[in-house]
Amino acid sequence: MRVEVDVPKCVASGQCVMIAPDVFDQREEDGIVVLLDEKPPAALHADVRESAVVCPAAAIRVVEE
Amino acid sequence: MTETLAETTTEAEEPLAAFPMPRAAGCPFAPAPAARALQGERPIAKVRLWDGSTPWLVTRHADQRALLGDPRVSANPLVPGFPHPNEGFRENAKRRRTFLGMDDPEHARIRRMVTAPFAIKRVEAMRPDIQKITDDLIDTMLAGPTPVDLVRAFALPLPSLVICRLLGVPYEDHDFFQEHSARLINMESSVEEVFRANEALTDYLDKLVTVKLADPADDMLSELAARVRAGELTQREAASMGVLLLIAGHETTANMIALGTVALLEHPDQLAALRETDDPKAVARAVEELLRYLSIVHNGRRRVALEDIEIGGETIRAGDGIVIYTGTGNWDAEVFPEPERLDISRDARRHMAFGFGVHQCLGQPLARLELHVVYSTLYRRIPTLRLATAIDQLPFKHDGAIYGVYELPVTW
Ligand code: HEM
Ligand code: SF4
Repeated sequence: MRVEVDVPKCVASGQCVMIAPDVFDQREEDGIVVLLDEKPPAALHADVRESAVVCPAAAIRVVEE
Repeated sequence: MTETLAETTTEAEEPLAAFPMPRAAGCPFAPAPAARALQGERPIAKVRLWDGSTPWLVTRHADQRALLGDPRVSANPLVPGFPHPNEGFRENAKRRRTFLGMDDPEHARIRRMVTAPFAIKRVEAMRPDIQKITDDLIDTMLAGPTPVDLVRAFALPLPSLVICRLLGVPYEDHDFFQEHSARLINMESSVEEVFRANEALTDYLDKLVTVKLADPADDMLSELAARVRAGELTQREAASMGVLLLIAGHETTANMIALGTVALLEHPDQLAALRETDDPKAVARAVEELLRYLSIVHNGRRRVALEDIEIGGETIRAGDGIVIYTGTGNWDAEVFPEPERLDISRDARRHMAFGFGVHQCLGQPLARLELHVVYSTLYRRIPTLRLATAIDQLPFKHDGAIYGVYELPVTW
């Protein structure tokens, strides 16, 4: 799995950080998403997919490889 | 208005259903039955509002998500066709503009001025403070007489204290701002009442911004004041944002605390499961489930189409109003099996109680934290908590933009 984030779309909802804190973080200055791990381990895949579903701004893309 | 009426009589044989739709007597938690029926029969259907306008009512989860996430859909109440909830909101929207009623890119630019304090980690750092506020309020309640109104004694002060600290608003003024906020979001308020409440709150925040300009502190109003000084916002805009944050920061969470407590007291097995768990993740699931089950922002997200949109076999035309009733979306069996069951162990994260799309709640990490602390503390510290009146005697906020109870007499 490869994760991509579309930073300009992010609205800093924090949903992804809540669900997958090892994969997503937020910038200190404005809470906008920071991708920590673009190739997360299999154990986190379900959480990453859920983050992409609940992201209100469609800013997370999951590419299954 | 005459035009709209003429158009609908030729378009539809049957008169359109009026929205908002009433909840069923004896079912204070369930979304309006007429809207649930539409979800099965005609999930995107025209309805009639107070002013005779006929926007689309959208009742299914998938369609709600699609439309709230669609850039062709506007949240700007100044766009013709916008489905205003009442006259007061319509008139006030002309005077008071906040990012809640703006579209991107303007919306994103302004929202980002206030996102930093709501980042998950910054909010999590407030946990000890929120726990202390919660414990102190419970201590005071336990030391006092019963029955007690849980709204006045606990549900309202808790988020008010928290948002006051975050913004830099003196809590001593709570009677003033709570009263005016309540008037501003009451659907029965007249235009004059809405104007007066809005002016009073904006003037109040305006004065506080002046104070913060001269004497900045570590709070959000001081950050907004710095933006005024830098020329990024006018002082009136900063004050309006302060009003939005102050109201959104206390009225919503307060209702989730009080109504959530009523719902749990009515589902003793769920309350027992919540009281007995030591697992913070189980409490977090309960928070999401109660948000889903209660969908307290119950007047529908209001939007207007900027272009023609094909969805679910219907064509929403440019200029058509759209009302997205998340109460039924959050009770959509396609996403939440047996939606009428309050089940604190289910995975309810796909609910839209905080909305969806770019306007999704800015304060959600804070609201979640407050509810997490409350739901894991209140029922443990007062294990015999119970209603001091019959549930059908409770004054439910049918007339509020945000659902809940005006009063909650409890005893233990
Ligand atoms: C349980 C409590 C809460 C609920 C259920 C709730 C619900 C909502 C909903 C449904 C929206 C979307 C409005 C729309 O799409 O038209 C929203 C937006 C918003 N909420 Fe909350 N909210 C809660 C707590 C808070 C708190 C604690 C704050 C903190 C200040 C807050 C601040 C805001 C703001 C500023 C917006 C506008 C965001 C934008 O337009 O970009 N809310 N909220
Ligand atoms: S869930 Fe989406 S909008 Fe929210 S912080 Fe993550 S990327 Fe941004």
